[in-house]
Amino acid sequence: MTDDVIAERARHDRLLAAWRDPQGLWGFLTTVDHKRIAARYVVTTMFLLFLAGMLALDMRLQLSAPDVHRMTPQLYDESFALHGSTMLFLVSVPVMEAMAIWLVPLMLGQRNLAFPRLAAFSYWLYLGGVLMLWVPHLLDVTPDLGWFEYPPLSGPAYSPGHRADVWAQMITFTEVAALAASVNIVATILKLRPPGMTLAKMPLFLWAMLVASLMTIFGLPAVMLATSMLISDRLVSTNFFSPAGGGDVLLFQHIWWFFGHPEVYIIFIPAVGFVSSIVETFSRRPIFGHAAMVLSMLAIGVLAFGLWVHHMFAVGLPRLGNDFYTAASLTIALPAGVQIFCWIATMVGGRPRLSVPMLWVVGFVVTFVIGGLSGVMTASAPLDLQLTDTYFVVAHFHYVLVGGAIFPLLGAFCYWFPKATGRLMSKRLGATAFVLIFGGFNIGFFPMHILGLWGMPRRIYTYGPEMGWGALNLLATVGAAISIAGGIVFVVDAWRSFRSGQPAGDDPWGGSTLEWASTSPPPPFNFDYTPAIDSLTPMWTGELVAYDGLGIDKRELLVTSVADAEPLYRQNSVGPSIWPLIASLGVAVLFVGSIFTPWAIVWGAIPVAIALTFWFWPTRDRATTGPFRKRSS
Amino acid sequence: MRSRPAIAATLALGGCSGAQTPLAPVADQAGSQYHLLLLMLWVCGVMYLLVIGFLIIGLWRARGRHAAAPPPLLEPADDRLRRLLAVWAAVVVIGLLVLAGGSFLVERSLALAQANESLRIRVTAHQYWWRIAYRDPASGRWVETANELHLPVARTARIELGSADVIHSFWVPNISGKMDVIPGRANAIDLTPRRLGWFRGQCAEFCGPQHAHMGFDVKVETSAAFDAWLAAQARPAAAPRDAEQARGMEVVTREQCAMCHTVRGTAAIGRNGPDLTHIGSRHSIAAGTLTMTRAHLQGWIAQPQAIKPGTMMPTVTLSPADANAAAAYLESLK
Amino acid sequence: MTLARKPRIIGDLSSLPDSAHGAAHLVWWGNLGFMLIEGTGFALAIGAYLYITSITRSWPPAGDPLPPLFWSALFTIGLLVSEAPNLVVKRLTNRHDAERVRLGVLAMTIIGAGLLVLRGFEIAVLVPSWSRDAYGSVMWMLMILHTSHIVTDFGDTAVQAAWLYTHKIGPDQFADVEDNCNYWSFVVIAWLPIYAIIYWLPRVL
Repeated sequence: MTDDVIAERARHDRLLAAWRDPQGLWGFLTTVDHKRIAARYVVTTMFLLFLAGMLALDMRLQLSAPDVHRMTPQLYDESFALHGSTMLFLVSVPVMEAMAIWLVPLMLGQRNLAFPRLAAFSYWLYLGGVLMLWVPHLLDVTPDLGWFEYPPLSGPAYSPGHRADVWAQMITFTEVAALAASVNIVATILKLRPPGMTLAKMPLFLWAMLVASLMTIFGLPAVMLATSMLISDRLVSTNFFSPAGGGDVLLFQHIWWFFGHPEVYIIFIPAVGFVSSIVETFSRRPIFGHAAMVLSMLAIGVLAFGLWVHHMFAVGLPRLGNDFYTAASLTIALPAGVQIFCWIATMVGGRPRLSVPMLWVVGFVVTFVIGGLSGVMTASAPLDLQLTDTYFVVAHFHYVLVGGAIFPLLGAFCYWFPKATGRLMSKRLGATAFVLIFGGFNIGFFPMHILGLWGMPRRIYTYGPEMGWGALNLLATVGAAISIAGGIVFVVDAWRSFRSGQPAGDDPWGGSTLEWASTSPPPPFNFDYTPAIDSLTPMWTGELVAYDGLGIDKRELLVTSVADAEPLYRQNSVGPSIWPLIASLGVAVLFVGSIFTPWAIVWGAIPVAIALTFWFWPTRDRATTGPFRKRSS
Repeated sequence: MRSRPAIAATLALGGCSGAQTPLAPVADQAGSQYHLLLLMLWVCGVMYLLVIGFLIIGLWRARGRHAAAPPPLLEPADDRLRRLLAVWAAVVVIGLLVLAGGSFLVERSLALAQANESLRIRVTAHQYWWRIAYRDPASGRWVETANELHLPVARTARIELGSADVIHSFWVPNISGKMDVIPGRANAIDLTPRRLGWFRGQCAEFCGPQHAHMGFDVKVETSAAFDAWLAAQARPAAAPRDAEQARGMEVVTREQCAMCHTVRGTAAIGRNGPDLTHIGSRHSIAAGTLTMTRAHLQGWIAQPQAIKPGTMMPTVTLSPADANAAAAYLESLK
Repeated sequence: MTLARKPRIIGDLSSLPDSAHGAAHLVWWGNLGFMLIEGTGFALAIGAYLYITSITRSWPPAGDPLPPLFWSALFTIGLLVSEAPNLVVKRLTNRHDAERVRLGVLAMTIIGAGLLVLRGFEIAVLVPSWSRDAYGSVMWMLMILHTSHIVTDFGDTAVQAAWLYTHKIGPDQFADVEDNCNYWSFVVIAWLPIYAIIYWLPRVL
């Protein structure tokens, strides 16, 4: 080895020493390495996706024929409540956060997120949310009113016991976790960009995560408010949603859907980022219409907050309001349509090849556009009065969520798996899984459009034979089963590849953005030097350049300016800490306790305050001046 | 409506009865919604084909390329694509304007019916049944029935909706879109049926475990038939005609049944459950769950929790003879 | 293990400062993020209050007492006045004046404690109860939301004071004090519309 190589090795080892986690369980519990945190997030969400899928299969079996009495109505209601709540609160949003937590620092050439301990805290709280929903399920206190539990059915009069409180607090856990992750992502994207990455030169994935995180910051407080008001009505007899006390059940719906509509775009927009990265790399050219893509994302992010009443068209609001929300809801199809064009145009104007991630992109376009168009149909208030609360709308939202988020997610998983693990996935198994999942999904859910038009309402545990819904329901069940088989193939592929897949190398796909400049997998500190860029596709434009000078024996991040990414200063970055875990335990006690008594908020706050104090307590030398200075012995 | 035969064929093919679907509209409201649906399917269908066509071109460009990654194209010539994007954006805008326009027109037509209503009906939703009340023109009093709505053809009926407990939704797809029934809120919906026949409605907002079994029958009949029906409903209950019915009347009006049910003209004046004065004349029982037969009546009386677990009707212990007699009596209440 | 391909080195960052303050500082943005979250929560709660107002015939509803003005006025004046020393402390952090910052944060802690006492009296006399009707519920919701912010900011300030007096203060800690001052300003500003709504809207409508 030459002297240079020896010197590089030595430098690398010093960085390792500064950034390495402690060994074993302690390291696991205290890590603030964004990649490890993201990995546990992804594994947890995938496990919950499996559980939610099993619930779905159970429901599909129940509905495969008329008058099936295998499941009691109580069990069925618990199933659709658990399925919906798990998919929306414990899978869809958290997995997108997880991908951001993993990828954002890598695509920025940075060593970690802005607030490393906050990322760990976010995961532990999310896990608290998982336990908050599933442990009560094991104890038979399962929520049973759906993923949005409208009062008065969910109020104190019609839902005694704690099922509705369990549901509401699960949301509180996951909502705080999501907000923590979003603040982290926004600060990282705004302040930790590589020199040269002005906002104009920022890749679309980062724009997507910036928009989605900002939407989370403005949208999630609404769900916190709605569920807290519901718990309050149930626990301490407030009257927010009780007509007899001057309240209004519609107030819940307004606050809920003010969150609920942006929520689905919070899930969709990161997928826009995935698709853009994949299409760019596999079309071998920068995405067509970069400016149009950014403007479309911004437009969707803003518009999404003005549509929520389209979930309430049947509620009897004034007709003029319905007209406005119809127009607004139709409008959002324009930026979405522009984005679809830009991706396909990239393929048409490039040198595309059909790798497994691109298969998922094709599946996304074919499926999501159907969902978008059925959304255009439900956007019309008068037509929605026939379609809402039927299987038509069940078909619609599965088409947009599975087609628009899950398919891109699976493509992203296949795309970045080599970078995260250092191994390639199998092309054969990947294509097989795609065909099964994509085909199974469409066979499973397309018939539901028809069932809705044949009068089948949603959330029913059975139906009579005279309705004529049996055959299509059976077909839907077959499709669901095929899809699940495909999911198993996918997981088997991932597991086998992880254990013994072909070594991937740093850049198996010839990617365009900075994460491909690091090794596969990256070291804990991601990059030996601090990359600088001057184009949207730094890996394609000539040589890689970088700065030296960021700390080697201590953890440092380079902080740059918001608009122009000019280097400003070197920020100390914190190392492993047990306090995020302890703080989240304290928060968990507070949240769980407040289901039973409001005083839990008071005494539960004390351990949280103590944990947070230790968390933020700066470790510096004792004072040498002032009344409390360190006196020599 | 040229597509009507095709749609009817699709319904028949699937075994769908056609009595609970927006695809076989029989009223002004459902008719305009159906036209809007067809407009949507056409416009959305064309848009989808355009997208898929463009995608196929993109996939065509990918043919033959599998393994190696060719060098990236850094300055592609995008002029044609930029022009195409502008055209596409214009197409999308035009499509959306057409759909918005169609939507506004239908919205206006749904509103117009409000000026012409000639009949007011009060519907109160309960967990899990529908209380339906008409004003008797002769006496001016409200006549109550349950789970079966009669409408005179070619007249607009205004349904005034109220909830006794949680949120429900009133939906008869062949006649009109849904309207939620919300406690503390006075919603109303106008129905203008144009064809005679039996149709079915179903609750369309999750309201508890037996939400699945909260349907109701709708009969559209001539004005004369409607008036006759209403007059018959206004009369008190028929007297029992034989010993078994007499015993049944004793059971129904003096045992637990009377705590929840009304049989006008007897001692039973309970209001927690459906009015039974003319239950024998109804098409179905238990909110559209079972057809009206003696056997179904008896089964329902004996084991409501077995048929609709979670229904508000408790299981009352009756001897088989008493249950038999009660069913005989109720069946006679036409 | 093979290393990544070494890029061409074009500069050295070690001459950059190792701290910053104001919007240049990373943590300032985290603080801003949390203020946006809390601010959105306040805005929605105010929206809920106004919604209930819009569906109620008279405001407050017939039979409900008006919320008393005395302690709330004292508290409001005290809160507004506390903004002055708060801004002074913020300016002192930029000058890295350790002794004065220590004193300033201690003073803000004592002021915060005093304000909490006033808020305690204000809550003790607040009528009607939250369970009486929706009017009571939304009024108490706003009050409790804001009070929780005062409590947490007081806690922050107290802990900061304790740390500042026992340690050497580095640039990052001055930045932390500045962030806390910004949060205090947020708590003060957030109170203004809430005060107007709880105490004056029922008197005006």
